[in-house]
Amino acid sequence: MFSGMTELRHKYLRHHKKFPHVWCPGCGNGIVLGALIRAIERLNLEKDDIVFASGIGCSGRMPTYVDFNTLHTTHGRALTFATGIKLANPSLNVIAVMGDGDATAIGGNHFIHAARRNLDLTAIIINNQIYGMTGGQASPTTPYGAQSTTSPFSNIEHAFSIAELAVAAGASFVARGTVYHAAQLDKLLEKGINKIGFSVVEIMSNCHVQFGRRNQMGDPVTMLNWLKEHAVSKDNGSSMPPDSLDAKFTIGILADTDKPDYIEEYKKIRLKAQRG
Amino acid sequence: MAPELNGKKFLLQGNEAMAEGAIAAGCRFFAGYPITPASEISERMSYRLPQVDGTFIQMEDEISSLGAVIGASLAGVKSMTATSGPGFSLMQENLGYACITEVPCVVVNVMRGGPSTGLPTSPAQGDVLQARWGTHGDHPVIVLSVSSVSECFSIIVTAFNLSEKYRVPVVVLSDEVVAHSRETFTIPAADSIEVVDRIVPNVPPEWYKPYEDNSRGVPPMAAMGDGYRHHVTGLVHDAHGFPTERPDEIEAFLKRQFRKITNGFFEIQITKKFNIEDAEIAVIAYGSVARSAHRAVAMARSQGIKAGLIQLVTLFPFPKSTVVNVMRQCKAVLVPEMNMGQISREAKRVNTGLTKVFKYNRIDGQLISPVEIFEELQKM
Ligand SMILES: Cc1ncc(C[n+]2csc(CCOP(=O)(O)OP(=O)(O)O)c2C)c(N)n1
Repeated sequence: MFSGMTELRHKYLRHHKKFPHVWCPGCGNGIVLGALIRAIERLNLEKDDIVFASGIGCSGRMPTYVDFNTLHTTHGRALTFATGIKLANPSLNVIAVMGDGDATAIGGNHFIHAARRNLDLTAIIINNQIYGMTGGQASPTTPYGAQSTTSPFSNIEHAFSIAELAVAAGASFVARGTVYHAAQLDKLLEKGINKIGFSVVEIMSNCHVQFGRRNQMGDPVTMLNWLKEHAVSKDNGSSMPPDSLDAKFTIGILADTDKPDYIEEYKKIRLKAQRG
Repeated sequence: MAPELNGKKFLLQGNEAMAEGAIAAGCRFFAGYPITPASEISERMSYRLPQVDGTFIQMEDEISSLGAVIGASLAGVKSMTATSGPGFSLMQENLGYACITEVPCVVVNVMRGGPSTGLPTSPAQGDVLQARWGTHGDHPVIVLSVSSVSECFSIIVTAFNLSEKYRVPVVVLSDEVVAHSRETFTIPAADSIEVVDRIVPNVPPEWYKPYEDNSRGVPPMAAMGDGYRHHVTGLVHDAHGFPTERPDEIEAFLKRQFRKITNGFFEIQITKKFNIEDAEIAVIAYGSVARSAHRAVAMARSQGIKAGLIQLVTLFPFPKSTVVNVMRQCKAVLVPEMNMGQISREAKRVNTGLTKVFKYNRIDGQLISPVEIFEELQKM
């Protein structure tokens, strides 16, 4: 008998082909992947019906390891490919995973337009507050005052608040979780994937190697504790973004609205066009 | 019901004929971003595609347009985008992605004057070598060109067919003159149009290797959602599609990309000949300039000058054998172009002392006229 987790691993991971993976020991990406697999298992989706796309970065390697239709695209462009796939075959569940630089620097325009367009996609953004893969350069979510390899004296730019940006851009469903709050993360991903319309789940994660080491949090435990201490549950008040190392930030569901998604709207367009 | 257009005669501009050609070829997805002088292709697709159960989407830029086109093709739907120079520059990143992942798609570039914003409403042929080498890395490419409304239709069909058959992106170069000229054109009957579809795997999913070599060098392509779960990446990959750093696998993979195109030279390298049989001098031309050249050759013949024309429909892979044969036969060739000499460079490269290669260039936003080419022929 296998334990539940072992069974899930066998079912979803390309364990005989693609391991060991490229991530550093203690990386939060593994927790995200685990949460995603559990969410998909609970939703009872067919592996054949799932497309899992990524951009470029450490996060970008995630699709390599799972047994779905997987796509590793160009830096920042995962949502553009996902858009074409979903429109070509609306019966597919299309999920994109991106890094913070991937989604909000080079891919920032695609991100806000995907949210505005409200096509039924799920965007997972792993916010480790740094460019991980390229060696710890400042990203659009590196907090003000933090150290990075391209802000060696201190970061003088201000961080994007990804979830709040998604709400403003019109995403149907927006949530923020962390890799420390893993049980909640499973549920947020489940809700995001299940939602018809554009969903965004921002996941605060630890890159102790490229971010933590330069900011007095050089091991995973310290970083996870930082996430634990700074995350506060969403109450009815306004949300707080993770824009400094000292301030608290909100986790939970930030938006959940119902409006017709692009596929529904386009069906109406076809009817109009074919009426002549 | 969508209106039946096949077999009917229309006054169409080149851009509109391209949209109709795409639909006839089976294109059911178009993503684009507005730009002069290509916008009419998007506009017609936004109207026509929903009529035939296809999908049109206006994206936020040309990077995303080509991304969406590649995505749709990966899901099994024939896809196209259309742009002009500034947008074509933005597409180079994802064009390389389509090359390395071997995803069929058609990219139209209606050329206007450049560089940068350049001359938005004037014709030019300045993007020929960009179409060949614009995306980084060694890669083979198919670049076709059109010179008339009827070719806008038929060559788009050819572009889709080659793209599906060889699993490569195909670039079609048009120019502002061809794009906006109106000519009467009868849309051919549907059953008279040859349409090629990509080969899909027929092995059980667990045997499928998405990038496995075969005699043609073109592996069957499964659509996402068809049960053949596999990995697609812009990293150099092995036969399973997973990233590899093994030198033997890297070389085999990249060489196959070239081999599959070389194997197809015979059908990929399309040229049209006019008065070449007994020609002593020849014009080598493409795009709207080929129309002027055709007229110039007729003028020269009426003056007793034995001139001929090879119109290059395929620019890359450069139709070397046809061009070389004409070079053997002629004492001189002329390459008129609306650029500083991008195809004449190719002509000079393949001319190993066989003949004299003259060029004639205009980069002032004006079409090269028949009289200008005729005058050059008289001097030769
Ligand atoms: C067009 C382009 N520019 C730059 C790069 C180099 N690059 C690779 S990964 C990366 C940043 C990744 O950071 P992030 O998106 O935050 O993801 P992480 O690695 O932290 O998961 C960059 C800049 C690239 N691959 N493509």
